[in-house]
Amino acid sequence: MIPLAWYLIFSAALFCIGLFGALARKNAVAILMGVELMLNAVNVNLIAFWHYYAQARSAPYVHGLAFTTMVFVVAAGEVAVGLALVISAYRRRQTAVMDELTLLKG
Amino acid sequence: MSVELTIVLIPLLPLLAFFTIVLLAHRNHALSHWLALIGAGLAWLLSMLVFGRAIQTEELSRHPFAAAIEWLPTGSTALQIGVHIDPLSAVTLFFVAWTVLMIFIYSIGYHNYGQPKGEHDRPGLPPHGAEIQDAQGHAHRVPSIEPMYARFFALISLFAFAMYLLVVTDNLLTLYMGWEIMGLCSYLLIGFWYGKESARNAMIKAFLTTRVGDVFMLLGLAALYSLTGTLNYQAILNNPAVLNGLAGAASPLAGISWAGLIGILLIIGTIGKSAQFPLHIWLPDAMEGPTPVSAMIHAATMVSAGVYLVIRFFPLLSVGWDGHSLTLPMLVMGTIGAFTALFAATIAVAQNDIKRVLAYSTISQLGYMIAALGVGAYVAAAFHLVTHAFFKALLFLGSGSVIHGMEHGVLSTGEKIDPQNMLYMGGLRKKMPLTFWTFLAGGLALSGFPLITAGFWSKDEILSGAYASGQMLIFWTLAVAALLTAFYTMRQITLTFLGQPRSLSAEHAHESRPVMTIPLVILALFAVTAGWVGIPEYFPLVGGALPNWFEEFVGSMLLTHSEKSHHSLLPLTVSLVVALGGLLLGWLTYRRALKPEDPLEKPLGGVYSLLRNKYYVDEFYQLVFIRPARWLAETVTDRWLDRAIIDGALHSIAGFGVWLGKSLRRWIDLPVINGAGDLTAVGTRNLGAFLRSLQSGRVQVYATVGLGLAAVVAILIYFLWVIG
Amino acid sequence: MNGLQLVFLLAALVSLFSAVMVVSARRMMHAALWLVLTLMGVAVIFVTLQSSFFAVVQVLVYVGAIAILIIFSVMLTRRVMEDQGDQVLPGWRAAALVAVLLFAVIVGFLALWQGFSAMLVELPSDADNLLELGKALVSPQGYVLPFELASVLLVAALIGAITIAVDLKEDQRG
Repeated sequence: MIPLAWYLIFSAALFCIGLFGALARKNAVAILMGVELMLNAVNVNLIAFWHYYAQARSAPYVHGLAFTTMVFVVAAGEVAVGLALVISAYRRRQTAVMDELTLLKG
Repeated sequence: MSVELTIVLIPLLPLLAFFTIVLLAHRNHALSHWLALIGAGLAWLLSMLVFGRAIQTEELSRHPFAAAIEWLPTGSTALQIGVHIDPLSAVTLFFVAWTVLMIFIYSIGYHNYGQPKGEHDRPGLPPHGAEIQDAQGHAHRVPSIEPMYARFFALISLFAFAMYLLVVTDNLLTLYMGWEIMGLCSYLLIGFWYGKESARNAMIKAFLTTRVGDVFMLLGLAALYSLTGTLNYQAILNNPAVLNGLAGAASPLAGISWAGLIGILLIIGTIGKSAQFPLHIWLPDAMEGPTPVSAMIHAATMVSAGVYLVIRFFPLLSVGWDGHSLTLPMLVMGTIGAFTALFAATIAVAQNDIKRVLAYSTISQLGYMIAALGVGAYVAAAFHLVTHAFFKALLFLGSGSVIHGMEHGVLSTGEKIDPQNMLYMGGLRKKMPLTFWTFLAGGLALSGFPLITAGFWSKDEILSGAYASGQMLIFWTLAVAALLTAFYTMRQITLTFLGQPRSLSAEHAHESRPVMTIPLVILALFAVTAGWVGIPEYFPLVGGALPNWFEEFVGSMLLTHSEKSHHSLLPLTVSLVVALGGLLLGWLTYRRALKPEDPLEKPLGGVYSLLRNKYYVDEFYQLVFIRPARWLAETVTDRWLDRAIIDGALHSIAGFGVWLGKSLRRWIDLPVINGAGDLTAVGTRNLGAFLRSLQSGRVQVYATVGLGLAAVVAILIYFLWVIG
Repeated sequence: MNGLQLVFLLAALVSLFSAVMVVSARRMMHAALWLVLTLMGVAVIFVTLQSSFFAVVQVLVYVGAIAILIIFSVMLTRRVMEDQGDQVLPGWRAAALVAVLLFAVIVGFLALWQGFSAMLVELPSDADNLLELGKALVSPQGYVLPFELASVLLVAALIGAITIAVDLKEDQRG
């Protein structure tokens, strides 16, 4: 008997904390951690809405769960590639500090 | 194996071949062409199985082979992806499978498989030939193998995938995907020899020109989807309620129903893909690609896709047509098709490049089909689509064989001539007999030589359809175009094969290898016999000897059959007269050509150069679209907007600041408010530094700015619209 | 306030607090450990939502695999990064502002929705949904295409990761 609002506020807060981490941290690994937090927030959101819709109809309901599964898979792939990129960049340029990776500078 | 599974496998096999070649086999020439051949061969085999099943099935158009799965869930509904074979796609599948396989085989010979590597050959340029030593130690120049052999087979496999996908699919979205993949392949293959500047220009031109049509087509698809909620053929075209609903609903354009508007948008897509006036300009330039590409993409399959689309959507285009007054989309098709047919045929008369003549003849014949649809001759259009694919592929491959023979002559004599220019050919009949006889079969089919060739039967049906519809202007335009077609075809045959050689190279030309000539022979068989399945019953003498199977099979696609009323002999007489007359005229005019110049050039004078330069359409577009676009970019945007207005504004602000600082300094009180001028300067610098920090190159800063703006906009929306 | 709500509030507070620590900890290793705690907290949240399956998956995949991977890469890149000045960019205040604004926007818009204040009641059984999910993932009428694509994506990501992480070594050798 928990209000849906609690979950939504919780996931919004977790998302924004993760967003702050992704936007403000210097270290690339820390940025990835921020992204992981955001993905988790999305999962909480998806499952909460799934619960809401599953109780609205009495039959079993799977769409939200299927999406959550996809998010898990994508998160795993994302972290593997992201960390490989970090390590590769670290080896090439001897830094994992995003502040110094400014190839896009105009 | 169920027939649906067979259909699914047809496009996937060439796709598999493409990936295997690209990922694994691109270093090995033999392996890559075998992979491509196996992919195309199996697809051909399965296509024939499906076609066999299709013609044995009763009432196929009511109960087509179809299977679908859900693909993209969109809210409560889902977009489906699936396969669908009805009579129209069955016959399309038949000719696509045959021509694709023949062209694959031919390509092995065309790209000189088994020849040595040329010492100066580089990827991106056509092979220059190689020096070899024979047993006696004499040096010969022989053709050399294409440096990017595997790439070619990979790309045509991808192309074959897209074409099969387009044919077997059951909805417009996948059709559009196949359509665009073919556009991409066409772009890559036209620019296959990307080292040549002309090829690069041609590829860009083809891509951009067809894109114009594709954008309109996409608009049509979007409109159709938002109105009907589906893109499935069956759900739209076999459903009178949907069709009549579309015809009854008024579109935003005044006076046009939604059916008319969607129809016109789809027709514009076809105009781009099938190179109709005014978007025809890319097709002749597309001849920069290797000849098998010209045959496959720009004659037999890809350009047919545009016509296939309008044939497929004929029920939508013709909704409300009662057999007398044409609907708006039909009127558009009839006008553009007939005009293009005549327009391109006149240009073809004055071209000297053997492939360019064929390119314009393709445009003209596609115009024929579109015009046929415009007058409601549905079966005739589909029939001509089939026969044209066979004889045009044959003609292109034949011309490739001729060019190949001429190149051999050029290599061994060292002459500096263009091996594609027909004026330097002549007399090749004796040097290349097999090529000559097959080319003759294709040429006669193109010009509609009576009774024995396929082209006659399909063209005759179109003419009688146009006559029966009562559109006399379209009928006579098509008749004149048919006359010109026969004329330039005979001109081509006479200049190339008959008479005496007009250059040393032509004397040294020789027949191509069997791997190139066997496909020619097979296609020649079809170019003659493919017409016999559609001989109309009312035809004098031979009518009724063979059942008119094609009419029965494909004609069952339409919900309502139009009544057969045309028994007039006038169209038949006209089609006989124009075919034979054109051939005779062409032979009489060109049989005596001894020097490499066109005997019509002097008598026709200005008209000839007008035709030679394709009515200056390219120059017109250059003047009207490309120059203004460039002017807009270079002068308006860059010089005026960027440098004059924006820079000027900045400069004047800066100037104003300087002026202000100076005035303050000089006029107000220099010693007292000394800091004021400095403050302005510092302020400007700080502003600059702040703006510069936005361009830090840090992705995170960009993301922060972007998200911040999004948040601000969301807050504004919240307070202005939601609360307020 | 019943027991379930208490559990939720505890888990939420722990996760949010440790999430804040993840993004503010000076040492990367600490941040990674705080991340583990956050993920465990989210797993508890999943339990309160009656999807114990995803709680298990969360622990296995996130805590067991992803967090460990992150800890490894922290250790691999540690030499340069250890305790060098600020761990946040100079513009972190702007980022914080954007995060807060976005939070306000999300909650503000969600609060407009009528279902926002709904109560989540207990579902009949978790097992049924799981069974249906399993069937849907391999059914042609369900999610088999996304499912297969996801597997292809995963393989591609792993191969890509190996390629990216390995090629420099070869360059150095050659």
